Amino acid sequence: MSNPQMVMYEEEFQEINIVIERLLQEANAKVIFLVDKNGQLISGVGDTERFDTTSLASLTAGNIAATGGLAKLIGEKEFSILFHEGEKDNLHISIVGGRVILVVLFDSRSSLGLVRLRVKKSSDELSSIFDKLLKKAEDKEKRGTSDFPFAEITDDDIDNLFS
Amino acid sequence: MSFINYASREINCKIVYYGPGLCGKTTNLQYVYQKTAPDAKGKMISLATETERTLFFDFLPLALGEIRGFKTRFHLYTVPGQVFYDASRKLILKGVDGVVFVADSQEERIDANIESLDNLRFNLKEQGYDLDKLPYVVQYNKRDLPSAMPIEEMRRDLNPTNVVEYEACATTGEGVFETLKAIAKLILIDLKKGK
Repeated sequence: MSNPQMVMYEEEFQEINIVIERLLQEANAKVIFLVDKNGQLISGVGDTERFDTTSLASLTAGNIAATGGLAKLIGEKEFSILFHEGEKDNLHISIVGGRVILVVLFDSRSSLGLVRLRVKKSSDELSSIFDKLLKKAEDKEKRGTSDFPFAEITDDDIDNLFS
Repeated sequence: MSFINYASREINCKIVYYGPGLCGKTTNLQYVYQKTAPDAKGKMISLATETERTLFFDFLPLALGEIRGFKTRFHLYTVPGQVFYDASRKLILKGVDGVVFVADSQEERIDANIESLDNLRFNLKEQGYDLDKLPYVVQYNKRDLPSAMPIEEMRRDLNPTNVVEYEACATTGEGVFETLKAIAKLILIDLKKGK
Protein backbone atom coordinates (compact mmCIF):
# COMPACT_ATOMS: atom_id res chain seq x y z
CA MET A 1 0.00 0.00 0.00
CA SER A 2 1.09 3.50 -0.72
CA ASN A 3 0.86 4.90 2.79
CA PRO A 4 1.33 3.35 6.18
CA GLN A 5 -1.67 3.24 8.46
CA MET A 6 -2.28 6.45 10.36
CA VAL A 7 -2.39 5.88 14.09
CA MET A 8 -2.68 8.40 16.92
CA TYR A 9 -1.75 7.72 20.54
CA GLU A 10 -2.76 9.64 23.63
CA GLU A 11 0.76 10.89 24.40
CA GLU A 12 1.42 12.38 20.97
CA PHE A 13 -2.13 13.70 20.78
CA GLN A 14 -1.44 15.78 23.91
CA GLU A 15 1.87 17.00 22.52
CA ILE A 16 0.24 18.03 19.26
CA ASN A 17 -2.51 19.88 21.07
CA ILE A 18 0.00 21.81 23.15
CA VAL A 19 1.78 22.96 19.98
CA ILE A 20 -1.37 24.05 18.16
CA GLU A 21 -2.84 25.69 21.27
CA ARG A 22 0.31 27.78 21.51
CA LEU A 23 0.14 28.56 17.79
CA LEU A 24 -3.45 29.69 18.26
CA GLN A 25 -2.32 32.22 20.88
CA GLU A 26 0.85 33.37 19.15
CA ALA A 27 -0.73 33.78 15.73
CA ASN A 28 -3.85 35.40 17.20
CA ALA A 29 -5.92 32.92 15.20
CA LYS A 30 -9.58 31.94 15.67
CA VAL A 31 -9.36 28.24 14.99
CA ILE A 32 -6.64 25.75 14.08
CA PHE A 33 -7.20 22.31 12.62
CA LEU A 34 -4.90 19.44 11.84
CA VAL A 35 -6.12 17.18 9.07
CA ASP A 36 -4.76 13.98 7.61
CA LYS A 37 -4.10 14.16 3.85
CA ASN A 38 -6.89 11.61 3.39
CA GLY A 39 -9.40 14.00 4.90
CA GLN A 40 -9.63 12.74 8.47
CA LEU A 41 -9.66 15.36 11.21
CA ILE A 42 -6.81 14.80 13.68
CA SER A 43 -7.36 17.63 16.09
CA GLY A 44 -8.75 21.13 16.39
CA VAL A 45 -8.35 23.99 18.87
CA GLY A 46 -10.01 27.37 19.34
CA ASP A 47 -13.58 28.15 18.45
CA THR A 48 -14.16 24.74 16.85
CA GLU A 49 -17.82 24.51 17.95
CA ARG A 50 -18.86 27.01 15.30
CA PHE A 51 -17.68 24.84 12.44
CA ASP A 52 -18.61 21.60 10.79
CA THR A 53 -15.17 20.14 11.41
CA THR A 54 -15.72 16.89 9.51
CA SER A 55 -16.72 18.68 6.32
CA LEU A 56 -13.95 21.17 6.78
CA ALA A 57 -11.39 18.37 7.04
CA SER A 58 -12.68 16.59 3.97
CA LEU A 59 -12.79 19.75 1.82
CA THR A 60 -9.35 20.85 2.98
CA ALA A 61 -7.88 17.51 1.98
CA GLY A 62 -9.68 17.71 -1.37
CA ASN A 63 -8.30 21.20 -1.84
CA ILE A 64 -4.74 20.11 -1.05
CA ALA A 65 -5.11 17.09 -3.33
CA ALA A 66 -6.39 19.25 -6.20
CA THR A 67 -3.63 21.84 -5.86
CA GLY A 68 -1.12 18.99 -5.50
CA GLY A 69 -2.37 17.69 -8.85
CA LEU A 70 -1.91 21.17 -10.33
CA ALA A 71 1.60 21.36 -8.92
CA LYS A 72 2.60 18.09 -10.55
CA LEU A 73 1.22 19.30 -13.89
CA ILE A 74 3.63 22.23 -13.88
CA GLY A 75 6.53 20.17 -12.56
CA GLU A 76 6.39 21.12 -8.88
CA LYS A 77 6.39 18.50 -6.12
CA GLU A 78 3.59 20.21 -4.23
CA PHE A 79 2.37 23.64 -3.21
CA SER A 80 3.16 23.61 0.46
CA ILE A 81 1.16 26.72 1.37
CA LEU A 82 -2.31 27.83 0.29
CA PHE A 83 -3.90 31.08 1.32
CA HIS A 84 -7.59 31.95 0.94
CA GLU A 85 -8.62 35.51 1.60
CA GLY A 86 -12.20 36.29 2.54
CA GLU A 87 -14.02 39.49 3.46
CA LYS A 88 -13.67 38.83 7.17
CA ASP A 89 -11.96 35.51 7.67
CA ASN A 90 -8.96 33.99 5.98
CA LEU A 91 -7.56 30.50 5.74
CA HIS A 92 -3.88 29.65 5.80
CA ILE A 93 -3.35 26.02 4.80
CA SER A 94 0.04 24.36 4.87
CA ILE A 95 1.48 20.88 4.61
CA VAL A 96 3.44 19.64 7.62
CA GLY A 97 6.03 16.92 7.26
CA GLY A 98 4.66 15.96 3.85
CA ARG A 99 1.72 14.16 5.39
CA VAL A 100 -0.48 16.34 7.58
CA ILE A 101 -2.38 19.52 6.77
CA LEU A 102 -2.37 22.49 9.15
CA VAL A 103 -5.32 24.86 8.77
CA VAL A 104 -5.28 28.27 10.47
CA LEU A 105 -8.38 30.42 10.39
CA PHE A 106 -7.81 34.07 11.26
CA ASP A 107 -9.39 37.51 10.83
CA SER A 108 -8.22 41.13 10.87
CA ARG A 109 -6.92 40.80 14.43
CA SER A 110 -4.00 38.91 12.93
CA SER A 111 -2.12 39.14 9.64
CA LEU A 112 -0.84 36.84 6.96
CA GLY A 113 2.76 37.70 7.86
CA LEU A 114 2.30 36.86 11.51
CA VAL A 115 0.49 33.61 10.72
CA ARG A 116 3.16 32.53 8.26
CA LEU A 117 5.92 33.25 10.73
CA ARG A 118 4.30 31.35 13.60
CA VAL A 119 3.17 28.47 11.41
CA LYS A 120 6.72 27.94 10.24
CA LYS A 121 7.99 27.54 13.78
CA SER A 122 5.17 25.23 14.85
CA SER A 123 5.46 23.13 11.69
CA ASP A 124 8.95 21.97 12.65
CA GLU A 125 7.73 20.90 16.07
CA LEU A 126 4.67 19.15 14.66
CA SER A 127 6.78 17.48 12.03
CA SER A 128 9.03 15.89 14.63
CA ILE A 129 6.04 14.71 16.69
CA PHE A 130 4.57 13.03 13.61
CA ASP A 131 7.91 11.43 12.80
CA LYS A 132 8.02 10.05 16.32
CA LEU A 133 4.45 8.84 15.99
CA LEU A 134 5.15 7.02 12.77
CA LYS A 135 8.23 5.36 14.22
CA LYS A 136 6.31 4.32 17.32
CA ALA A 137 3.57 2.72 15.22
CA GLU A 138 6.15 0.91 13.10
CA ASP A 139 8.03 -0.34 16.15
CA LYS A 140 4.87 -1.62 17.73
CA GLU A 141 3.99 -3.45 14.57
CA LYS A 142 7.46 -4.96 14.23
CA ARG A 143 7.46 -6.17 17.81
CA GLY A 144 3.99 -7.50 17.25
CA THR A 145 2.75 -5.67 20.31
CA SER A 146 0.15 -3.70 18.45
CA ASP A 147 -2.68 -2.95 20.83
CA PHE A 148 -5.00 -2.80 17.88
CA PRO A 149 -8.56 -2.81 19.14
CA PHE A 150 -9.99 -4.72 16.20
CA ALA A 151 -7.77 -7.75 16.31
CA GLU A 152 -10.30 -9.70 18.31
CA ILE A 153 -13.57 -8.47 16.95
CA THR A 154 -16.08 -11.10 16.02
CA ASP A 155 -18.61 -11.25 13.22
CA ASP A 156 -21.25 -10.58 15.85
CA ASP A 157 -19.57 -7.30 16.81
CA ILE A 158 -19.70 -6.23 13.19
CA ASP A 159 -23.29 -7.36 12.69
CA ASN A 160 -24.35 -5.49 15.81
CA LEU A 161 -23.28 -2.23 14.20
CA PHE A 162 -26.02 -2.66 11.65
CA SER A 163 -28.78 -3.91 13.84
CA MET B 1 -6.15 4.17 4.70
CA SER B 2 -8.06 3.98 7.94
CA PHE B 3 -7.12 6.33 10.73
CA ILE B 4 -7.06 4.92 14.25
CA ASN B 5 -7.13 7.50 16.99
CA TYR B 6 -6.41 6.00 20.41
CA ALA B 7 -6.71 9.41 22.02
CA SER B 8 -10.32 10.00 21.01
CA ARG B 9 -11.02 6.26 20.61
CA GLU B 10 -12.15 6.55 17.03
CA ILE B 11 -11.57 4.66 13.86
CA ASN B 12 -12.19 6.34 10.50
CA CYS B 13 -12.52 4.57 7.18
CA LYS B 14 -12.99 5.83 3.63
CA ILE B 15 -15.41 4.27 1.14
CA VAL B 16 -15.41 5.41 -2.50
CA TYR B 17 -18.36 4.93 -4.86
CA TYR B 18 -17.03 4.54 -8.40
CA GLY B 19 -18.79 4.09 -11.73
CA PRO B 20 -19.65 5.70 -15.07
CA GLY B 21 -21.40 9.05 -15.40
CA LEU B 22 -25.08 9.09 -14.34
CA CYS B 23 -24.95 5.55 -12.93
CA GLY B 24 -26.33 6.70 -9.56
CA LYS B 25 -23.37 7.16 -7.22
CA THR B 26 -24.64 10.46 -5.87
CA THR B 27 -28.18 9.05 -5.65
CA ASN B 28 -26.82 6.22 -3.45
CA LEU B 29 -25.33 8.75 -1.04
CA GLN B 30 -28.45 10.92 -1.10
CA TYR B 31 -30.59 7.95 -0.14
CA VAL B 32 -28.25 6.99 2.70
CA TYR B 33 -28.31 10.61 3.86
CA GLN B 34 -32.12 10.78 3.81
CA LYS B 35 -32.60 7.55 5.71
CA THR B 36 -29.97 7.97 8.39
CA ALA B 37 -30.81 9.32 11.84
CA PRO B 38 -29.57 12.91 12.29
CA ASP B 39 -27.22 12.00 15.14
CA ALA B 40 -25.47 9.38 13.01
CA LYS B 41 -24.66 11.55 10.04
CA GLY B 42 -22.84 14.75 9.22
CA LYS B 43 -23.57 17.21 6.49
CA MET B 44 -23.59 15.89 2.93
CA ILE B 45 -21.36 17.92 0.67
CA SER B 46 -21.76 17.89 -3.10
CA LEU B 47 -19.27 19.69 -5.28
CA ALA B 48 -21.37 19.70 -8.43
CA THR B 49 -21.95 21.76 -11.56
CA GLU B 50 -25.06 23.88 -12.05
CA THR B 51 -26.69 20.93 -13.79
CA GLU B 52 -26.05 18.74 -10.75
CA ARG B 53 -23.30 16.69 -12.30
CA THR B 54 -20.60 15.83 -9.79
CA LEU B 55 -17.59 18.06 -10.39
CA PHE B 56 -15.16 16.92 -7.74
CA PHE B 57 -16.84 14.69 -5.16
CA ASP B 58 -19.79 14.12 -2.85
CA PHE B 59 -18.98 13.51 0.77
CA LEU B 60 -21.07 12.00 3.56
CA PRO B 61 -19.70 11.18 7.01
CA LEU B 62 -21.52 8.42 8.92
CA ALA B 63 -21.10 7.21 12.48
CA LEU B 64 -22.09 3.60 12.71
CA GLY B 65 -21.70 2.98 16.41
CA GLU B 66 -19.09 1.45 18.67
CA ILE B 67 -16.99 -1.67 18.45
CA ARG B 68 -15.00 -2.55 21.53
CA GLY B 69 -15.25 1.00 22.80
CA PHE B 70 -14.10 2.54 19.53
CA LYS B 71 -16.40 4.85 17.60
CA THR B 72 -16.61 3.61 14.04
CA ARG B 73 -16.92 6.29 11.40
CA PHE B 74 -17.20 5.86 7.68
CA HIS B 75 -16.56 8.62 5.19
CA LEU B 76 -18.47 8.03 1.96
CA TYR B 77 -17.16 9.65 -1.20
CA THR B 78 -18.30 9.54 -4.81
CA VAL B 79 -16.11 10.32 -7.79
CA PRO B 80 -17.18 12.38 -10.81
CA GLY B 81 -18.18 9.75 -13.35
CA GLN B 82 -17.68 11.66 -16.57
CA VAL B 83 -14.66 10.45 -18.50
CA PHE B 84 -12.82 13.78 -18.66
CA TYR B 85 -12.68 14.17 -14.87
CA ASP B 86 -10.06 11.47 -14.53
CA ALA B 87 -7.53 13.64 -12.69
CA SER B 88 -10.11 14.29 -9.95
CA ARG B 89 -11.04 10.62 -9.70
CA LYS B 90 -7.42 9.69 -9.01
CA LEU B 91 -7.26 12.17 -6.14
CA ILE B 92 -10.38 10.84 -4.46
CA LEU B 93 -9.07 7.28 -4.48
CA LYS B 94 -6.17 8.33 -2.26
CA GLY B 95 -6.36 6.62 1.09
CA VAL B 96 -9.36 4.49 0.15
CA ASP B 97 -10.32 1.55 2.39
CA GLY B 98 -13.08 0.06 0.27
CA VAL B 99 -14.67 0.54 -3.14
CA VAL B 100 -18.25 0.20 -4.36
CA PHE B 101 -18.56 -0.06 -8.13
CA VAL B 102 -21.98 1.19 -9.20
CA ALA B 103 -22.89 -0.21 -12.61
CA ASP B 104 -25.68 1.21 -14.78
CA SER B 105 -27.89 -1.72 -15.82
CA GLN B 106 -29.16 -0.14 -19.03
CA GLU B 107 -28.00 -2.05 -22.05
CA GLU B 108 -26.64 1.05 -23.79
CA ARG B 109 -24.37 1.78 -20.82
CA ILE B 110 -22.50 -1.53 -20.75
CA ASP B 111 -19.49 -0.10 -22.61
CA ALA B 112 -19.39 2.85 -20.22
CA ASN B 113 -19.47 0.40 -17.29
CA ILE B 114 -16.59 -1.63 -18.67
CA GLU B 115 -14.54 1.47 -19.40
CA SER B 116 -15.14 2.83 -15.91
CA LEU B 117 -14.18 -0.47 -14.28
CA ASP B 118 -10.94 -0.56 -16.29
CA ASN B 119 -10.32 3.00 -15.26
CA LEU B 120 -10.88 2.09 -11.60
CA ARG B 121 -8.38 -0.74 -11.79
CA PHE B 122 -5.83 1.46 -13.54
CA ASN B 123 -6.20 4.41 -11.18
CA LEU B 124 -5.95 2.19 -8.11
CA LYS B 125 -2.82 0.61 -9.46
CA GLU B 126 -1.29 4.03 -9.95
CA GLN B 127 -1.80 4.65 -6.23
CA GLY B 128 -0.29 1.31 -5.30
CA TYR B 129 -3.57 -0.56 -4.69
CA ASP B 130 -4.82 -3.78 -6.21
CA LEU B 131 -8.60 -3.97 -6.67
CA ASP B 132 -8.50 -7.72 -6.05
CA LYS B 133 -7.01 -7.15 -2.61
CA LEU B 134 -9.24 -4.28 -1.53
CA PRO B 135 -12.65 -4.63 0.10
CA TYR B 136 -14.83 -4.33 -2.97
CA VAL B 137 -18.55 -4.64 -3.75
CA VAL B 138 -20.41 -4.39 -7.07
CA GLN B 139 -23.87 -2.85 -7.30
CA TYR B 140 -26.05 -3.29 -10.38
CA ASN B 141 -28.15 -0.14 -10.26
CA LYS B 142 -31.32 0.87 -12.13
CA ARG B 143 -32.76 -2.66 -12.09
CA ASP B 144 -36.22 -1.13 -12.38
CA LEU B 145 -35.65 0.16 -15.91
CA PRO B 146 -37.15 -1.79 -18.82
CA SER B 147 -33.84 -1.75 -20.70
CA ALA B 148 -31.95 -3.37 -17.80
CA MET B 149 -29.62 -6.13 -18.96
CA PRO B 150 -29.84 -9.64 -17.52
CA ILE B 151 -27.69 -9.97 -14.38
CA GLU B 152 -25.76 -12.95 -15.79
CA GLU B 153 -24.51 -10.88 -18.71
CA MET B 154 -23.51 -7.98 -16.49
CA ARG B 155 -21.78 -10.32 -14.08
CA ARG B 156 -19.72 -11.81 -16.89
CA ASP B 157 -18.41 -8.38 -17.91
CA LEU B 158 -18.27 -6.56 -14.61
CA ASN B 159 -17.75 -9.11 -11.88
CA PRO B 160 -15.46 -11.84 -13.22
CA THR B 161 -13.84 -12.29 -9.78
CA ASN B 162 -17.20 -12.97 -8.13
CA VAL B 163 -17.11 -10.39 -5.38
CA VAL B 164 -20.21 -9.58 -3.32
CA GLU B 165 -22.84 -8.01 -5.57
CA TYR B 166 -26.25 -6.41 -5.14
CA GLU B 167 -29.10 -5.43 -7.40
CA ALA B 168 -30.33 -1.95 -6.68
CA CYS B 169 -32.61 0.90 -7.52
CA ALA B 170 -30.96 3.86 -5.82
CA THR B 171 -33.87 6.23 -6.38
CA THR B 172 -36.20 4.06 -4.30
CA GLY B 173 -33.39 2.85 -2.04
CA GLU B 174 -33.59 -0.80 -2.91
CA GLY B 175 -30.18 -2.41 -2.40
CA VAL B 176 -28.55 0.81 -1.19
CA PHE B 177 -28.10 -0.08 2.47
CA GLU B 178 -27.34 -3.70 1.63
CA THR B 179 -24.42 -2.45 -0.49
CA LEU B 180 -23.20 -0.08 2.21
CA LYS B 181 -23.41 -2.70 4.93
CA ALA B 182 -21.53 -5.20 2.81
CA ILE B 183 -18.64 -2.87 2.06
CA ALA B 184 -18.45 -1.63 5.67
CA LYS B 185 -18.33 -5.20 6.87
CA LEU B 186 -15.60 -6.15 4.40
CA ILE B 187 -13.52 -3.17 5.53
CA LEU B 188 -13.85 -4.10 9.20
CA ILE B 189 -12.93 -7.71 8.45
CA ASP B 190 -9.96 -6.47 6.45
CA LEU B 191 -8.86 -4.27 9.36
CA LYS B 192 -9.10 -7.23 11.68
CA LYS B 193 -7.04 -9.41 9.35
CA GLY B 194 -4.44 -6.74 8.72
CA LYS B 195 -3.26 -6.63 12.31
